[in-house]
Amino acid sequence: MKLSKTVTGRIVVGFTAFCAFSAVAAVAWIMGTIIWGGHSHISWAFLSQAPTEGMTEGGIFPAIFGTFLLVVIMSLVGVPVGTITAIYLSEYVNRESKLAQIIRFAVNTLSGIPAIVFGLFGLGFFIQFTGKNLDRVFSPDALHWAQPNILWASLTMALLTLPVVIVSVEEAIKTVPRELREASLALGATRWQTIRRVVLPGSLGGILTGAILAVSRGAGEVAPILFTGAAYFLPQLPTHFSDQFMELGYHVFIMTTQSTDVEKTLPIQYATTLVLLALTFTLNFSAIALRARLRRRRMAA
Amino acid sequence: MKKRFRPGEFLIERSIQGVAFISLLFICLIFVFVFREAVPLFTGKADVVTAHEEVGAAETYGEDASAPLPQAQQELEQKHVPFRAAALTAKDWQPVSLEPKYGLWPLLVGSLKVTFIALLLAGPIGIFAALYTSTFAPKWAREGMKPVIEILAGFPSVVVGFFALVVLASILQNLFGFQYRLNAFTGGVAMALAVVPIVYTVSEDALAAVPKALTEASLALGATRWETALFIVLPAATPGIFAAMILGFGRAFGETMIVLMATGNAALLTPSLTDPVRTLSATIGAEMAEVVFGDIHYRVLFFIGALLFIISFSLNAIAEFFVRHRLMKRFKGA
Amino acid sequence: MKIQKISAALLLGALPLFSATTITVKGSDTMVIMAQRWAEAYMADHTDVVIQVTGGGSGTGISALINGATDICDASRPMKSSERESLKMRFSSLGVEVKSAKDGLSVYFNDANPVEGLTMAQLKDIYTGKIKNWKDVGGADAKIVVYGRENNSGTYVFFRDNVLKGEDYVSSMQSLPGTAAVVNAVAKDPLGIGYGGAAYGKGIKFAKINGIAPSAETVKDGTYPLTRYLYMYLRGRPTGEIKKYIDWILSPAGQAVVTKVGYFPVK
Repeated sequence: MKLSKTVTGRIVVGFTAFCAFSAVAAVAWIMGTIIWGGHSHISWAFLSQAPTEGMTEGGIFPAIFGTFLLVVIMSLVGVPVGTITAIYLSEYVNRESKLAQIIRFAVNTLSGIPAIVFGLFGLGFFIQFTGKNLDRVFSPDALHWAQPNILWASLTMALLTLPVVIVSVEEAIKTVPRELREASLALGATRWQTIRRVVLPGSLGGILTGAILAVSRGAGEVAPILFTGAAYFLPQLPTHFSDQFMELGYHVFIMTTQSTDVEKTLPIQYATTLVLLALTFTLNFSAIALRARLRRRRMAA
Repeated sequence: MKKRFRPGEFLIERSIQGVAFISLLFICLIFVFVFREAVPLFTGKADVVTAHEEVGAAETYGEDASAPLPQAQQELEQKHVPFRAAALTAKDWQPVSLEPKYGLWPLLVGSLKVTFIALLLAGPIGIFAALYTSTFAPKWAREGMKPVIEILAGFPSVVVGFFALVVLASILQNLFGFQYRLNAFTGGVAMALAVVPIVYTVSEDALAAVPKALTEASLALGATRWETALFIVLPAATPGIFAAMILGFGRAFGETMIVLMATGNAALLTPSLTDPVRTLSATIGAEMAEVVFGDIHYRVLFFIGALLFIISFSLNAIAEFFVRHRLMKRFKGA
Repeated sequence: MKIQKISAALLLGALPLFSATTITVKGSDTMVIMAQRWAEAYMADHTDVVIQVTGGGSGTGISALINGATDICDASRPMKSSERESLKMRFSSLGVEVKSAKDGLSVYFNDANPVEGLTMAQLKDIYTGKIKNWKDVGGADAKIVVYGRENNSGTYVFFRDNVLKGEDYVSSMQSLPGTAAVVNAVAKDPLGIGYGGAAYGKGIKFAKINGIAPSAETVKDGTYPLTRYLYMYLRGRPTGEIKKYIDWILSPAGQAVVTKVGYFPVK
């Protein structure tokens, strides 16, 4: 018997719906499992204390602090550079020109390079090249910069998140109406004045979205910092650029694979994962909400 | 109208241009610096550091002779074998053996196995989910799907790795009775979670870019909605979907933390998809931190990084130039 | 160019100025917890000394020692001759080795495994792939699932040199990045076998090697065959505050800390 068209149609629609909802279900499952396993262990003490008893008890404050420091230094470098690149791409060069295409291809390529390769680059360029030469010039007898530290890790991460910022800002700049620019230029403003007074204020939301997304990405990636600065355990918080640091994602990794008592620390592993997930989730969600609001405002305009 | 020269304006423009070239510069720098550490392997200069004569033992301090170990603790030194590039094509990866073996085949095959499984799962799920939201889904489902996918894309890979290691691996082992708890399949399933967002997003873009006129013409000719979706929209978006799969491949091939935690990391060269595997990226992640800087092992790891770079670069170039170009042409021509 | 130099100078200006009584310790992640405990206990009694401890791995610690970035390096493996050579080139010293603690390397079975112990020869054959089935060592007729440490660890090298006598590990061995991961894997795998440092875990038991179980006594008197030292390395013979610190670590007070974190005293 041949299946009737409506039945086949139902199967097709049903199957595609199943695919869509299985993705939703996977998200719900992972989040549910981690919240279920970790929520009871989260307390103020857990968030504000350092690990104790050979990292089998205590909190994760140094990891939170290190993550915070990492994303701050990363943003201070990455967001301005990304924003300026986006401005250049959309305001100074012709969208179709060879130059714009090359830069855009470079940015796309940058976003496709595996995170671990950024780690290698951080090791090869920042530590083995820049660091070594800094040491050679400034402190020939000791080793300060030619070793993993928070500065190199942050710069590596800034490079990794650069495309996120660029794409986001470019998209926002595109939404600034041409008429506004033309009006500004017609009134005698220079190109830079137009950018500063018209384009940038109009795309502030996009810059913010880009920054949030970059921070979320930077807080979640572990591979680039594996050998550019993350530490297993540090008794002190990092206070200088040349210090190593503890980080949430790295902490999850070492706690699940290298802690002295996996069974006992399972609640810590879940809770640390939950904190990391909550952090990236909040950041992503606010970026999504922000973008939706901007889009609505644009529609209204 | 005459353009007045303004030095301030000129300066600003130049600095903006300078900063914009940083992205370009760093692409080149990544290329240069990852390759720079790997190149001595092929020029024969990698051996310099290991050419040593007998060195004496370290002094000891605070030694206590009253409780010696039963057998003297052995410390064997690696044999000095001159490195040849051909060693990279051997069948064993045993870099910390007394006779180090740097065969990349097991690692490459491991990466391919995981990527294959991930794409096999994430491909259909991502593509059909995109088809669902772009053609069949009610408005609420369509609008709800995007943030969910973005949340999934925003999951740190170490979180997915943790989930795979602690929860998923046991479930899959019980379900399928795997001999090994951590294996290529488990890693592939976990990896699919990271690949779905890419495949979905790019496919959705491609499906949305199919001209409305095509859909409307098909419907007007009496085709049903599902027939239109399956036989008109989907084929028209093929190049974009192909790009989605290529980008998904690149993501899975280069991802580190998930495979490092969930695949068992045994450098095996077997056809089985349920054996543990060691991937190229996980090998770098696991071994780089402790390696002696500048020796052959260190350089081989950089060579693997260079491979990953070349592969992701080529995949991106294919997706970019070939596919998107054709996509544009097809729709512009239509 | 100029800006780069200025900013570099500014960065360097932010460096901590080490006072004379700061001792830096860097190295093995296996030992970092113990090193931290030592430092805390010592600083509690000696308020004029600051001891900074960081991990990073034995290799990292040794290169820091060679580069002059640390006073003391913790290592879970002896220094290689190539490393001693580099040290000699920079500081014309082969280094000073302090055996600071003992570690009983354990072999783990799953609790459900009827096998109680192995001989060294059987252990070697399992890890080199000559024995593949539990029935060959008195267990059930089932495949052995072999777990081990990552090849960057001191434990991996120690096991290779002292159990495998320099032969290669079987390539089906699953390499895991830490002792915890090995324990966890064996606890969840009834057919698993693993090795690693001192560890605790539900679901696993410690195999007897040559009929001897690892314990404080058997490790101390040396009858347990898989015993290794945990080292501290210095560039030269210790003097001043560093000597006092090392002497304290080797004293009963320092060795009590060793026992507390699960390793074994050297004396």
